[in-house]
Amino acid sequence: MSATSVVELQDVLLVTIQGELTDEDAMALQEELTTNVARSSARGVLIDVSGLDLVDSFLARTLHDIAGASALLAAETVVVGMRPEVAITLVELGLTLPGLGTALTVADGLDRLNGSARRR
Amino acid sequence: MTAGTGQTIRDRVAQFLKENRSDIERAWAATPVFTARRPADAAEECAELLTGLRHVIETGGEEDPSADGLATVRPVLASLAARSAGGPSGSDRPDVTVLKGPLLRLWREQDLPEDIVHSGDLVLSNVLNTLRIALLEIELSAGAETILAQRAQLTELSTPVIKLWDGILAIPLIGTLDSTRGQVATESLLEQIVAHQARVAILDITGVTAVDTLVAQHLLKTAVAARLMGAECIISGIRPQIAQTMVQLGIDLGEVATRATLADAFARALGIIGLTVRPDERAAG
Repeated sequence: MSATSVVELQDVLLVTIQGELTDEDAMALQEELTTNVARSSARGVLIDVSGLDLVDSFLARTLHDIAGASALLAAETVVVGMRPEVAITLVELGLTLPGLGTALTVADGLDRLNGSARRR
Repeated sequence: MTAGTGQTIRDRVAQFLKENRSDIERAWAATPVFTARRPADAAEECAELLTGLRHVIETGGEEDPSADGLATVRPVLASLAARSAGGPSGSDRPDVTVLKGPLLRLWREQDLPEDIVHSGDLVLSNVLNTLRIALLEIELSAGAETILAQRAQLTELSTPVIKLWDGILAIPLIGTLDSTRGQVATESLLEQIVAHQARVAILDITGVTAVDTLVAQHLLKTAVAARLMGAECIISGIRPQIAQTMVQLGIDLGEVATRATLADAFARALGIIGLTVRPDERAAG
């Protein structure tokens, strides 16, 4: 079971992923997000993965693809709240998600997108 | 040889041990096993050892390292083993085989029929061999316990995560990083990043004796994992020799920031979270 929600916060799209994400879910999410970014001309995409305890290579690639597509649409992508065990697994798999912005919390991620002083 | 004869031999040998105990004790006290001890202690240990061995021979357990009689000499053996643990290993360790020579010499001087002398030889040799096995067992188990305790201590010692400032953590790595210790360090660092909501993590390798490709790989993995979580990693404390070794090995830490000292890394970390340190003008004036 998975539940993803996309919330528009001014010019930022906040995506929250809960539970396990199947490959179909991931592809659907990618399509929905890209459409949303184009429609709302969002400046940034925040993907909250704190509810995920498993990230496989397919999801890692999807995140990378989302970032690439969003960049083409002039939006910066930041992945927030990745858990330690997920991070270790990804590194062990050699999936270092190059070029993808990361932040500890949603607030940090928003700071990063706003380019403001990186202080909480 | 029948069991009855075996028992007769054993009784004869036990009798010999009893009648000649003072001679045997004196001969034993002069062997290298006991010369390191004070004479009074040595005499006491020899006496205990002899009583235990006689009991073993009387009960016919001379080929069984877990026999009753050996249980009574275990304290003596443990003290022997403890002495060998303190000193250098190899030829300097107490070896109870040196007890065999004097004992057999005294036995042969007994002026007994030849077949009894031969059978008695066998019994005495067997019991001392068994004694040696028991001593080795005690030494090995003591060593294994020490190793386990020290390994646990090392793992505990190796992973303190220190909070330097709001949002800045440091983990000083010390000694040799093997894969277990490295993994424990990485995991506790990442967990503390979440717990403290740290934006910057400093990996200080001042205390690391050598950096090979494996350790470098590990540092790199830790740094990348921290980045995936949204924290930045700085590696500090790279000594000049280690820097040269790393270059010669072709290790590339990629985009991970490195600094020479922990102080430099801390200054950089403060910059990342948007803080600066400046002199207090009031205090200066």
